[in-house]
Amino acid sequence: MTETTSTQKLVATPGQTIGPFYGFALPYEGGEKLVDRTHPGAIRLHGTVYDGEGVPIPDSMLEIWQADEQGNISSEPGSLFRDGYTFTGWGRQAVDGVGAFNFTTVNPCSIDGKAPFISLVVFARGLLNKLHTRIYLPDDEALLAADPLLQSLPEERRRTLIATREESGDLRFDVRLQGANETVFLTYPNTPK
Amino acid sequence: MSGADDQTEQVEQELDPLASGDPQAQISQEIQDAHRRYREGVEAGDTVETQSRIDFAPYRSSILRHPTKDLHHTDPETIELFSPAFGHRDVNILESDLTIQADGEPIGERIIVTGRVLDGDGRPVRGQLVEVWQANAAGRYVHKRDQHPAPIDPNFTGVGRCLTDGEGRYRFTTIKPAPYPWKNHHNAWRPAHIHFSLFGTEFTQRMITQMYFPGDPLFPLDPIYQSIVDQDARDRLVATYNHDVTSHEWNTGYEWDIVLTGSHRTWMEPEEGDEH
Repeated sequence: MTETTSTQKLVATPGQTIGPFYGFALPYEGGEKLVDRTHPGAIRLHGTVYDGEGVPIPDSMLEIWQADEQGNISSEPGSLFRDGYTFTGWGRQAVDGVGAFNFTTVNPCSIDGKAPFISLVVFARGLLNKLHTRIYLPDDEALLAADPLLQSLPEERRRTLIATREESGDLRFDVRLQGANETVFLTYPNTPK
Repeated sequence: MSGADDQTEQVEQELDPLASGDPQAQISQEIQDAHRRYREGVEAGDTVETQSRIDFAPYRSSILRHPTKDLHHTDPETIELFSPAFGHRDVNILESDLTIQADGEPIGERIIVTGRVLDGDGRPVRGQLVEVWQANAAGRYVHKRDQHPAPIDPNFTGVGRCLTDGEGRYRFTTIKPAPYPWKNHHNAWRPAHIHFSLFGTEFTQRMITQMYFPGDPLFPLDPIYQSIVDQDARDRLVATYNHDVTSHEWNTGYEWDIVLTGSHRTWMEPEEGDEH
């Protein structure tokens, strides 16, 4: 099979909703644990996914992807088979019956001197294509102020991307698919409409 | 497990006032109107749309679940330009055959579904995880919330995984799923489909989609499939029957290629042995 080297781009396949009946297929044991709770740097990343009326969505699935505490990006396989040792940087969890999610992870370190964040993808019944967003860590105001994405947003929109640090050290981040405090969702260059 | 599921079911009933009694004729009219407006727009110079619309009211559950603000353009940062890694530690090679997961043969038409996963530049996406899930030959999922009275097949879970090979190819042996009713509107039936979950070389390419079978009479009636308002784009979700994939006395065969969103990375001529 030869690789296409022409400049002609192939048109991307359309995404579709995850639907209601993924629960027996995609979530798996340990999917929400990027590290064990006993890990010295373990934090809880939690929140709720809401619809346009502020009602929790019970059938959404979230995936996160992040660097580790030193800013390393993992290329280790094993995300579907948690061995308790390997940090793969990836997590998957279906929200529970009241729209809540709980990942156990670590604070990602800054990469290239940029404001650290966790990449989040949202899927849900009723949501016809995946949505990307970022969960910024709230701790370093200077880095947040210098971030190009955050800079390009008005204050009330910017706030939707920054998690809250709780007294326990945990992170709280709610996802609002619609409404007054609608989360900023992202599109990247070369992403087709 | 069952406790959480019961709670979920209860909450969902309370939360889903949009499961409507609207007749199919009304849904179909809304679909046709949206498509007509789209075609008129394109004739007037609007951009051709190649993805599902996330704001598509005929799919009633989407009404309160689509962002109303435009997606915000941003350049991907480093973490977004990489993707999680999967290997044979994650996926057993037997998981690509959905017909051998139990003690007996599942009921239905045995099929092979195969194709390539490519990026926007036509490069094969190699060694990446492909996950599928589907209803059985009677249109029933092994899922507690799927309660329509079609039989569950004790020999078919409808769940499979594989890793793409060196040419970006995936291959599943499974059973052709049947259409099934859903509560979007009165007498709503989904066309037969297989759900696909895909990763690329960048996290920005992450995708979940559905593969459909050619010639399905339910296509024009289905607001999820019709949320792709462009005919050419819709056709990209329909597999091709391929008699070369069909085998004597054993299975029929379908072929379906998947293209992930265009790559942001500048493409470099791969070095010898470069698995990138």
